[in-house]
Amino acid sequence: MQEFADIALTVNGDAVARRVETRQHLVDFLRIELGLTGSHLGCEHGVCGACTVRVDGAVVRGCLMLAVQADGADVWTVEGLSDTGEIADLQQAFIERNALQCGYCTPGMLLTAAEMLEAGRRMTRAEIRAFLSGNFCRCTGYHAIVDAIETAMQGRFGG
Amino acid sequence: MADPSPSVGRPLPRSAARRLAFGRGRYADDLRFPGLLHLAFVRSPHAHARIVRIDPAPAIAAVPNARVFTGADIARVCGPWQASVDNLPTLVSPPQHIVAVDRAAWQGEPVAAVVAASRAEAEDAAAEVVVEWEPLPAAAIRDRTLDADAAPAHPELGGNLSYATLIRAGDPDAALAEAAHTVEGRFSFARHTGVPLEPRAVIADYDPGEGTLTVHGSHQAPWHQQDTLSRHLGIPEHLVRVVTPDIGGGFGIKLHIYGEEIAVSAVSRLLGRPVKYVADRMESFVSDVQARDQSVSARMGVDEDGGIRGLAVDALSSFGAYAAYGRPPVNEGMMTIMMTGGPYANGHYEGRLRIAFQNKPPSGMYRAVGQPIACAVTEQLVDWAADAAGIDPVDMRRRNYWTDEACPLTTPGGIGIRRLSLGRCLDRLVAMMDYGALRAEQAALRRNGVHRGIGVATFLEMTSIGPERYGPAGAHVSTQDGATVRLEPSGAVRCVTSVVEIGQGTHAALAQIVADCLGTAPQHVAVVGGDTALTPYGGGAWASRGLTIGGEAAWRAAQGLRQNILELAGSILQADPAGLDLAGGAVCDRATREARITLAEIGRIGHFRHDTLPPGVQPELAVTRHYVPDAVPFALANGVQGSSLEVDTETGEVRLLDHWVVEDCGRIVNPLLVEEQIRGGVVQGIGGALFEECCYDGEGQMLNASFADYLVPMAAEMPDIHVGHVETPLEGTALGAKGAGEAGTVGAPAAVLLAVNDAIRPLGAQVSSLPVTPESVLTAIAAARA
Repeated sequence: MQEFADIALTVNGDAVARRVETRQHLVDFLRIELGLTGSHLGCEHGVCGACTVRVDGAVVRGCLMLAVQADGADVWTVEGLSDTGEIADLQQAFIERNALQCGYCTPGMLLTAAEMLEAGRRMTRAEIRAFLSGNFCRCTGYHAIVDAIETAMQGRFGG
Repeated sequence: MADPSPSVGRPLPRSAARRLAFGRGRYADDLRFPGLLHLAFVRSPHAHARIVRIDPAPAIAAVPNARVFTGADIARVCGPWQASVDNLPTLVSPPQHIVAVDRAAWQGEPVAAVVAASRAEAEDAAAEVVVEWEPLPAAAIRDRTLDADAAPAHPELGGNLSYATLIRAGDPDAALAEAAHTVEGRFSFARHTGVPLEPRAVIADYDPGEGTLTVHGSHQAPWHQQDTLSRHLGIPEHLVRVVTPDIGGGFGIKLHIYGEEIAVSAVSRLLGRPVKYVADRMESFVSDVQARDQSVSARMGVDEDGGIRGLAVDALSSFGAYAAYGRPPVNEGMMTIMMTGGPYANGHYEGRLRIAFQNKPPSGMYRAVGQPIACAVTEQLVDWAADAAGIDPVDMRRRNYWTDEACPLTTPGGIGIRRLSLGRCLDRLVAMMDYGALRAEQAALRRNGVHRGIGVATFLEMTSIGPERYGPAGAHVSTQDGATVRLEPSGAVRCVTSVVEIGQGTHAALAQIVADCLGTAPQHVAVVGGDTALTPYGGGAWASRGLTIGGEAAWRAAQGLRQNILELAGSILQADPAGLDLAGGAVCDRATREARITLAEIGRIGHFRHDTLPPGVQPELAVTRHYVPDAVPFALANGVQGSSLEVDTETGEVRLLDHWVVEDCGRIVNPLLVEEQIRGGVVQGIGGALFEECCYDGEGQMLNASFADYLVPMAAEMPDIHVGHVETPLEGTALGAKGAGEAGTVGAPAAVLLAVNDAIRPLGAQVSSLPVTPESVLTAIAAARA
């Protein structure tokens, strides 16, 4: 029943090599094998966005990708983006605006918001909301999250 | 409060947000335990079926390290329980095994527990357990469960009725007969659930050496768990410890005692090893408590001038297969008949309630418990009555609110009201909405075939429910909370609280309260909680009680510590403590405000330099206090919500444009936290109004048990939510805070329902079933045209 494969990838800038079960998905790999518990599981069927991570520059559902598919990939999680300071402004905006309550969706929200910022321009509230539509938050009602992302966009792109 | 408050009332960010935003949350599934085993459940695929035989052999053959525990195996360690309410002797409820024995009563009920070295292997083995079933007819359609030919949810009960009651005041029949206008409707509120993003999770660790059971879990009421585990597993209570790490949302779903969670402890006890179970999302949909699920017939009579004359409601509520164990289970239905009509002056009322079993997951308390139903029914009747009497809905409400002169009073439904601020909330809301301009815009757009709707809904919110509800019921649930406040040698402060933090930010607000009492800043106060072995005993996180009860306890403890600090300072300074005060992190002269000695100096001397103190002085730099609500049976918050939306009459789609809330939760400790509680609550209410429904077929099979199929509000569909406040401090407490956690959820469904009906009224259409769906809107419009 169990099959294994060797994978080698980069996670948060560090080279990682492991033998993994072929059926293990990427976020279980990150959480269980590497102890990177900042990425969460909310549904394991690709809807809620709690497992959002960055793979080769694009955000993906970590629960819909197998660890073996990340062989050779460059993977970033909330822990790595926190360490590099890349999302420091977003995090600060989330904290000041209380744009998180239980915090379970927050790492995924931040990863998605970071991708939004890569567009290099301010977005309207409606555009921000549309971009967030794959990330479920049960606590905030989204308004504060939209505010925080607006603040971060304003900080980066002015206006 | 005695002191002008430099930190209470300010919108301060909370320190926990910094940790969580850096991915440093520690939720139950993140914790590591040596020797951990993983548990998966075999669940019933039938809504109602006899278990003829369970064969674990194929599971062991597939996964040799697995162990299978059937319901009968677990029953040897933990017998069945039975929901009961001491002061409701007529309540009928069957015994419930924590893992089914002989018969499963809902699709998803656990029938065996399988343990293995990893979750994946436990699931592999669980898939191989053979269960031979004999399906039974299921009670699966709410409005038919009390029919004479309905299948019984539990054959031994002889019927599906669990509880019935009637509230009557005045002469509602005569009042309704004599009214100038009567309006009536039949409402339906779908079964839905709480959907915290972090599923239920528990790790139980029984240590056979010491006989201790330590449980880490995502739970709102760890003391309730401790009590249940001790009594049902026969482990002395002082050897049971329940720890709550970070909790990924609760909303009432994690307030209850679940068979699965107790079974995990039972298995840990049998194996002497730590055992973990985390529900996956599919399991959450068929095993988390479900809520609402009522049909309500209601009638209101009004005078020519719109004054309410009488009101009658008849509610049929559902328990699912069992009433959730451990707490008074009737509340969803009782809140409906107690709160309907609550804000409005009226002496003639009838509220009839029946609660029936169905073969569906057990029903329990989800954010706002019954109140959204009461609010939606009341407010829709008021809107219809306003229309019948030719009065603007806002004027209609203002005309009918209980007046200040009438207070204090008890409503016909039995709700004690000390003071309300509805008129002020409504004035504020109308100004925020620019109600007149919205109406003008609506009229103009209607001429262009655009159907905008405006809903204005008044709500009462029962918060911080006290001992009257839980004590006589015999529930092992504390309505008290406690806090220990301690001065550390450095002058920093620690507050250890029984309040459970589930994301509301209560701990941050407690730091503000304690800081103000001790004349220091919130960043010098650390708040910890969530461990039944280490914190004062309490209730946990439910009924919007954190600050009203836990905040008051922290205030009292901090006041006690303040007094002790001043007395110690008096000894050190050889000054009269009555002439001293605390401010700016120091003891100061009360009159001149001149600093005399810092808190750090008090801490250092009080902990390390006892040799310098006068003989007989015993520094007491930690104080524990508890608080149980004694002034009022509950803290009644109130407010008004407004909704603006547009209905596409071709597609039936509802587009939310704007939402407003003005609420009065008494003294606001931290507006940043309160406003986000309101907004989050509103969106959950909108979920119930437009999206959320546990859909079942006639056989009791849930049809949408995944996130792909069960619709929840996502960012793109939600409006901005504007929040305003009126502050009427709660009488009889130092802090004056009422709860705010459920206000949004109470009023939002009503506001949205009213706005939808306001939009389609010109077409002669109306809807009265929640959630309102594109299909139901189109059906209503088609019916009106026919």
